[in-house]
Amino acid sequence: MASRKSSQPKRESRDKYSVLLPTYNERENLPLIVWLLLKYFGEGGYDYEIIIIDDGSPDGTLEVAEQLQKIYGKDKIVLRPREKKLGLGTAYIHGMKHATGNFIIIMDADLSHHPKFIPEFIEKQKEGGYDLVSGTRYQGNGGVYGWDLRRKLISRGANFLTQVLLRPGASDLTGSFRLYKKNVLESLVERCVSKGYVFQMEMIVRARQLNYTIGEVPISFVDRVYGESKLGGNEIVSFVRGLLTLFATT
Amino acid sequence: MTKLMQWLLGASLLGTVWALVTFDLLELSLPRVYREIAWPMPLYLLVTFGCYSLATVGFRVATFNDCDEAARELQEQITEAKEDLRKKGLKL
Ligand SMILES: Nc1nc2c(ncn2[C@@H]2O[C@H](COP(=O)(O)OP(=O)(O)OP(=O)(O)O)[C@@H](O)[C@H]2O)c(=O)[nH]1
Ligand SMILES: [Mg+2]
Repeated sequence: MASRKSSQPKRESRDKYSVLLPTYNERENLPLIVWLLLKYFGEGGYDYEIIIIDDGSPDGTLEVAEQLQKIYGKDKIVLRPREKKLGLGTAYIHGMKHATGNFIIIMDADLSHHPKFIPEFIEKQKEGGYDLVSGTRYQGNGGVYGWDLRRKLISRGANFLTQVLLRPGASDLTGSFRLYKKNVLESLVERCVSKGYVFQMEMIVRARQLNYTIGEVPISFVDRVYGESKLGGNEIVSFVRGLLTLFATT
Repeated sequence: MTKLMQWLLGASLLGTVWALVTFDLLELSLPRVYREIAWPMPLYLLVTFGCYSLATVGFRVATFNDCDEAARELQEQITEAKEDLRKKGLKL
């Protein structure tokens, strides 16, 4: 695989893609997602780096990340761990500070977001010069795996309500598989105040407000195979609260 | 302008027009039929929107893709990745 240092000049451009991978207890998933990322970035011949932001996972995710860094090299695997669990939103901010790419890709490390879509994101971005490209489960060949009828209903219902109230100009607001121009992500993160899950939604809404252009790529979302979900419980309550806050303030 | 304000603005505009016609506030002495049609309009609109919403969400739930193929592909790749990573010396 093309894991050798890419010092040869790129024909097309010198775009570099920094992938932010926040992890919390992803010991089993991390090597797999990294392997897949390397596979697709290698095949596409892109310049990239993978930034792993582990929040002191008790399952030893960081130790696995260190092994991966030894195998694949420090230029490809960058470790930016933090002492304790400080949440997803600040993990992105923390990771971004260390990113050297001019594009940033945000995705989950739990294999719900498949790296095979990244080349499509990149091509889409180039095609339209978009400020951000968002994966969408709700259009084209996009979809989900492992969801029962109830979950589909909640998801579609919540999405419909959001579309009606906010008219955000993107079909998937709560998905978190996206590619941003680095400066765009920086300016968005600066403005976003929400925590957790609503954060993703706010990012798109603010992007719309600031007249950033948004491209969309259909993705298949496969429920996590390993490990436990960190969200849940009162997900719906916090979603509705976040939606109403955005409705009243943006 | 926030989305909330946009909605309030739209609602008050519609509400004003509705009240003007229904109660003939400007004393234009509109024909009776106008008032009779306008009067239950808000209810019609609500019901129509409700039906549209239910139909749309129902249709989208029914046509929500199940990505069985993607899940199968992922499983295969996981097997391949594990093997390759073990060869490269990863210890779990
Ligand atoms: N660094 C860091 N990563 C986190 C934190 N919380 C979650 N993550 C990671 O963020 C990603 C998304 O979290 P998930 O638990 O998968 O959330 P979800 O996708 O909404 O829910 P499930 O897929 O159902 O588990 C995963 O890669 C997690 O490991 C955190 O506090 N800090
Ligand atoms: Mg997940």
